[in-house]
Amino acid sequence: MKTYYNPEDLKKFGKIGDLQKPLADKFFDYYGEVFAEGALTAREKSLIALAVAHAIQCPYCIDAYTTDTLEKGCDEEQMMEAVHVAAAIRGGASLVHATQMMNKINEISM
Amino acid sequence: MKSLKALENPIAEPAFELEILEQSGIEPFENKLDSIGLFPLKPTQIEILQINMGKMCNQVCKHCHVDAGPDRKEIMTRETMGDCLEVIRNNQINTIDLTGGAPEMNPDFRWFIEEIRKINTECTIIVRCNLTIILANPKYHDLPDFYKKHQIEVVSSLPYFTAMKTDSQRGNGVFDRSIRALQMLNEVGYGMPDSGLILNLVYNPSGAFLPPAQEALQAEFKKKLKDKFDIHFNSLFTITNIPISRFLEYLIRSENYEDYMEKLLQSFNPVAAQNVMCRNTISVGWDGFLFDCDFNQMLDLKVDTVDSQHISDWNTRSLSNRSIIVNKHCFGCTAGAGSSCGGATAE
Repeated sequence: MKTYYNPEDLKKFGKIGDLQKPLADKFFDYYGEVFAEGALTAREKSLIALAVAHAIQCPYCIDAYTTDTLEKGCDEEQMMEAVHVAAAIRGGASLVHATQMMNKINEISM
Repeated sequence: MKSLKALENPIAEPAFELEILEQSGIEPFENKLDSIGLFPLKPTQIEILQINMGKMCNQVCKHCHVDAGPDRKEIMTRETMGDCLEVIRNNQINTIDLTGGAPEMNPDFRWFIEEIRKINTECTIIVRCNLTIILANPKYHDLPDFYKKHQIEVVSSLPYFTAMKTDSQRGNGVFDRSIRALQMLNEVGYGMPDSGLILNLVYNPSGAFLPPAQEALQAEFKKKLKDKFDIHFNSLFTITNIPISRFLEYLIRSENYEDYMEKLLQSFNPVAAQNVMCRNTISVGWDGFLFDCDFNQMLDLKVDTVDSQHISDWNTRSLSNRSIIVNKHCFGCTAGAGSSCGGATAE
């Protein structure tokens, strides 16, 4: 069955360089550095990535960072809390716009 | 839960396991070793004698490479232990590493340790204790004192500092009993600062993924176990699941086998290959046969010597000159930061 997302395609990510190598190289170098141990641990970064993956709803990223967080020693409870952080920010981002709605209500109401 | 052998699962047969490994799409392990000048793989020096006291165990862990459990009756006899003692008496073995099953379930377990200590008061004796055995029966409750008396180094599996992950791998209620056993070990001094009594824990992944960085996870374990349960320990060893026995059965059943093998191959680390444990270890089976490691033992791949395949025929020269038998399961010991019975090998 044809689908837009195929799990096997994740393994081909590196191949984006076939069409534009210099930019791909820059991206992957940058990507690697971003996820290295720094002021944040690699484990903390992996949990952030897992949360962001859910926020942007990228199935490749969800697969990749579910595995990665487990390989960084996180457990299911920690991972689910990270997803709730994403959900809270997404939900909050909608709800906080209610202030704009309320402003407009006030603006056009007697 | 029963062992694969009791269930008559074909994966309980070493020949079938080797066939499955052969069928994997990844390249032979020999090729990778050859590419870094390590093939044929040779021993460095025989420093560790790892002795499997038997396959009997009070637990049936889902990943167990021994396929151990209460229904396994194979245990080492006192006669074979006597052969082991002869080898220990006549060779420079730094470390005796006792494993199982639950080695404590062998009726001659304590006798064997007492005899080893009569021969060598200095060598390290490791007991791979599954923790719950200490609480399994009143006759085992004094094990912490026994370990202390003989200056045993205790190495125990604890897959995680939560019940959910631990019990899913090792059985319902195992986490709570393990915590109690760890507290009992702490009470006699194990894992406590300056006691000299070593208590190391072992983490292995609860699924088809690689272990985390050992140092980072150790820090996390130390904090959580101290804060939640006031438990102390010395070091955490991270160990990769090797694709044999029950873990192999899980990989196939969950359709993770090929991806896992590919992951092991892609994570091949030449430094870890240099440091594989089979280069300084000889593994003794419950029936006295000799192997390059515990995993080769379970695959019935005996050491490649003509005159020294059994503990009663021990020949240091033959064993030191042998070539180590490798197969695709060996990718488990060379992936990422490497893996051995003492944890990561390339960090």
